[in-house]
Amino acid sequence: MKTASRLKVDQRDAKLVMAHFYVAFISLAIGGMAGLLQVLVRSGLFELPAGIGYYQLLTLHGVVLALVLTTYFIMGFQIAAVSRTSGTLTAVQRKLGWTGFIIMTIGTAMAAIMILLNEASVLYTFYAPLQAHAVFYLGLAFVIVGSWFGSAVILLKYRQWRKENNKAVSPLLTFMAVVNSIMWIVATIGVAATVLLQLLPWSLGLVETINVGVSRTLFWYFGHPLVYFWLLPAYMAWYVIIPKIIGAKIFSDSLARFSFILFLLFSIPVGFHHQLMEPGIDATWKFLQVVLTFIVIIPSLMTAFSLFATFEGYGRSQGAKGLFGWLKKLPWKDARFVVPFIGMVAFIPGGAGGIINASNQMNQVVHNTIWVTGHFHLTVATTVLLTFFGISYWLVPHLTGRILTKEMNNLAITQGVLWFVGMTIMSGAMHAAGLLGAPRRSSFSEYGGSSVAADWIPYQVAQGIGGSILFLSIILMLYIFINLAFFSPKGEQDFPVGEAGHEAEKTPKVFENWKIWIGITVALILFAYTIPFIDLIQNAPPGSKGYKLW
Amino acid sequence: MHMHKFEKLWLIFGVASLLVFLSVLGVSAFHHGHHASSWSELIDPEKVDETEPFDEPGLKKVEGKDWDYELVFVASAFSYQPNEVQIPLGSTVKIIATTKDVIHGFQIPGSNINMMLEPGYVSEYIATLNQAGEFLVLCNEYCGAGHHLMTSKIEVIES
Amino acid sequence: MAQPETVKKQKKGEEEPSFKGAFVSVLIVGLFIIITWFGVFILFNYRF
Repeated sequence: MKTASRLKVDQRDAKLVMAHFYVAFISLAIGGMAGLLQVLVRSGLFELPAGIGYYQLLTLHGVVLALVLTTYFIMGFQIAAVSRTSGTLTAVQRKLGWTGFIIMTIGTAMAAIMILLNEASVLYTFYAPLQAHAVFYLGLAFVIVGSWFGSAVILLKYRQWRKENNKAVSPLLTFMAVVNSIMWIVATIGVAATVLLQLLPWSLGLVETINVGVSRTLFWYFGHPLVYFWLLPAYMAWYVIIPKIIGAKIFSDSLARFSFILFLLFSIPVGFHHQLMEPGIDATWKFLQVVLTFIVIIPSLMTAFSLFATFEGYGRSQGAKGLFGWLKKLPWKDARFVVPFIGMVAFIPGGAGGIINASNQMNQVVHNTIWVTGHFHLTVATTVLLTFFGISYWLVPHLTGRILTKEMNNLAITQGVLWFVGMTIMSGAMHAAGLLGAPRRSSFSEYGGSSVAADWIPYQVAQGIGGSILFLSIILMLYIFINLAFFSPKGEQDFPVGEAGHEAEKTPKVFENWKIWIGITVALILFAYTIPFIDLIQNAPPGSKGYKLW
Repeated sequence: MHMHKFEKLWLIFGVASLLVFLSVLGVSAFHHGHHASSWSELIDPEKVDETEPFDEPGLKKVEGKDWDYELVFVASAFSYQPNEVQIPLGSTVKIIATTKDVIHGFQIPGSNINMMLEPGYVSEYIATLNQAGEFLVLCNEYCGAGHHLMTSKIEVIES
Repeated sequence: MAQPETVKKQKKGEEEPSFKGAFVSVLIVGLFIIITWFGVFILFNYRF
């Protein structure tokens, strides 16, 4: 493979990537602090100092972690991955990258200021007709537009590589970053549309009312591919980087590409499974999108097998015996493996819970209960985040010309284990309380002395304990990040990129035929959305004026 | 594209399981009528108080329908009308609800009654209340500063 | 049919690499998914 020729990310690209990571980890600090305060409030044992609202804090937590941390880390990581496997960015590409970074950061600052001024306590899903300050929506629009620049960098580099290499099969990491970037661009059109065409003019007073159903549908058209936009970079690390770390080959280049293509096709036409409980959308169309949602489970099933097979294949090559002997051969003392591995394990209950959430009428059992919060704290806040942390442990020193010392490695394993313990307690308690009916996104309440609500309180105390342990883990993570960025000894930390087996069959060229894949993606979206969307517009109720109820 | 035979078997098993899930859901939803609220009757959110049946929130006995009662709820920040209601045990009730302002939730913890109330739309759900006792109704979609204080109460009584 | 790395490394010239452990592992995952799904489905049917 041609990918091995460039082993280091160029210093100029490294600076761009690190800029993204600084914002990501500052977000982690702020969002983590907010999260800690939330679980403490909800345990009933602590009250916020006057002047800070619970929902203001919750908005901050969601925006800063789910939107800012993830987007910055992913943009940074994908740029690093492409620079490493397809070559250093050109000056123009790098300038585009910086432009995107600056636009996103201006937008983030705008949104953050509005949240801190209590002008935007609308949570990170900003459902109309709750109406935030126009500057908040404008800030969000900047973040989205900025992210398009970052995505353009990936696509331009890819096109350049293909041109320079006679349309050869692209490096796997680059290919995966391209898939995720295309998905991101297609998906963000929805949220950009509701923000720019609906929410912004409405909050500026240019129009009096808003079509709530259309706004929610555009949001969720974006909202589900958003979670796959978080997950795919983790899969990139699992498919390509983890094998190299443990000393194995990539299980199958073709199957990895195939699963990514499936994600591109089926991540988007599925947003209704977030809207199963709401009026205005016909039950048949909801069910159709439930079916499409179930199809997007298949590439994850493939991924599960690939990973186990990678581990087993490696263990057996090291002489492992028996059904599970290979487990013992894995590098349990290497944080670069252990921390993402914990993330993989979390995806088992995370995925199982996700299937339940998407199961049409069964969603009634869990919709808007704290089960859902427990669910995505397993998926995005453990599976994805621990993989990102695991990436940071080698990528940050790689970029800053330092090394991950043994001491930091051990601290990093402690960080991962603490996260596992804290999250097991917090997310476990959330799942249980959710099945008992406890709502999500709610401050501490005794619900008028209701006996059913009293049953939830012990679980809320458990969430407080789990959340506190998670906060300790965040402090550890930040300490390690600062060490790796500024203080760790100088040296060369490897950027591990796995290779396919020697005589692995040739990767079919069809995977890079974007006309086909983008064509099918668009066709599926049109199929799943056109009729119900027209219905939402044609049979719309009178619009809603804005409310500021916080 | 080569696939190991165990991976093929696994995918067959996985896809078959997903098909079973979907069939169970499909039969339960479309044959037994276990639909979530998907109603799309419209209402002017500014005129809820003047519009039937929301001009008289509360329980109403009906005749000649598949349900015994209609239970009409009006949600607004941060309360429900009625805020307390009594229903005879075993009756089949059609809950009809809407909101006057922002999006609210309508959930009875411990039951499958869980729906979104969105301005301009009427949400409905039919349930047979076959368990006596006091049930909490709460708002499970963030609606503002008093969101967690927004409740009502349904008492299912043996008559 | 054979995966290249295992052909090279396995001692006794076995043709198909053994992924029995991986297979049993994914089956356990599958079983977990099925059990939790039906668990919640039963809860759904039990409640009004």
